[in-house]
Amino acid sequence: MPDTHDYILLGVIAAGTAATRFLPFLLFPAGRKKPRWLLRLSNVLPSAAIAMLVVYCLKGIYFTKPQGFLPELIALVVVSLLHLWKRQPLLSIGGGTICYMILVQQVF
Amino acid sequence: MRTTNKVKVLKTAFIDTLPILVAFIILGIGFGVLMSDAGYPLFFVFLMSAFIYAGSMQFVAVSLLASKVTPLTALLMTFLVNARHIFYGLSLLERYKDTGKAKPYLIFGLTDETYSLVCSKPHATDDNRTAYYFTVTLLNHLYWIAGGIIGNVLGNVIPFNSKGIDFSMTALFMVIFLEQWKQTKNHTPALIGIAATVVSRIVFGPDHFLVIAMVIIAAGLLLLLQLRKENEDYA
Repeated sequence: MPDTHDYILLGVIAAGTAATRFLPFLLFPAGRKKPRWLLRLSNVLPSAAIAMLVVYCLKGIYFTKPQGFLPELIALVVVSLLHLWKRQPLLSIGGGTICYMILVQQVF
Repeated sequence: MRTTNKVKVLKTAFIDTLPILVAFIILGIGFGVLMSDAGYPLFFVFLMSAFIYAGSMQFVAVSLLASKVTPLTALLMTFLVNARHIFYGLSLLERYKDTGKAKPYLIFGLTDETYSLVCSKPHATDDNRTAYYFTVTLLNHLYWIAGGIIGNVLGNVIPFNSKGIDFSMTALFMVIFLEQWKQTKNHTPALIGIAATVVSRIVFGPDHFLVIAMVIIAAGLLLLLQLRKENEDYA
């Protein structure tokens, strides 16, 4: 059963998460004119941020052993090929995840 | 708004969020199983998914709870893991500008997945844009809560090897990355994103590289925009 400490941590983590999401909107409120560099930046930021997320998801890989990177590499190739072939996100995500689970549970 | 419009928005939002439904149910199950293994009951899993509502942070939270860290440590860890959300807000300042009463909830629900979907759908028409954003955010929130509950129940009933299930998040971002690559002509921002993050990860290790990567990306993009502007001036 969760105790008081668990509830305190839950509250702190929830508040901290919300703070990171609200911060930009508090720094640059809707009514005020935004600097031009910020508007230009916000146009190119999404492409860079998604690229960053992909790499962030792969932060745990290492190259000293084949099992350190091959499952991720193979599964990402599967995701990409499936997606370039059918362009069905469900198929690409589902297929890639099943492939990865088989690789880490049975093969490596 | 008329009812037919509402149905149309719900339908579009549901179709657009289907990949996230799959990823969130799978990931949510992963989280629910972990929490069940750690001995936490259903309502606590529900509270976490409903009020924290941040995938990777909740996985981190399982270990924070288990090791009974101090609230300050938990807060610092939260800032570190979720600092990337600052990027999302910065790029949506304009798009979320006129969303009225829905705005606080839209910002609260700005997960990686909701952000990437909102970014990749610039064509949502103006008169029902807020309704569309709200529906997408709400559906994703519900999928996530449902996944956690299913996982927690499953984890208590049947032994289930969920190892590797978290790859669905990587696969989801890869798909969005490919879509965005196809839709944009200039790939320099995406390449800056990859290069800065890879270099930071190699230099600073897996635990503290993301904030540094964000600073490098912001600096790199601003430099790129400045160069482009100068070229325009000469053209």
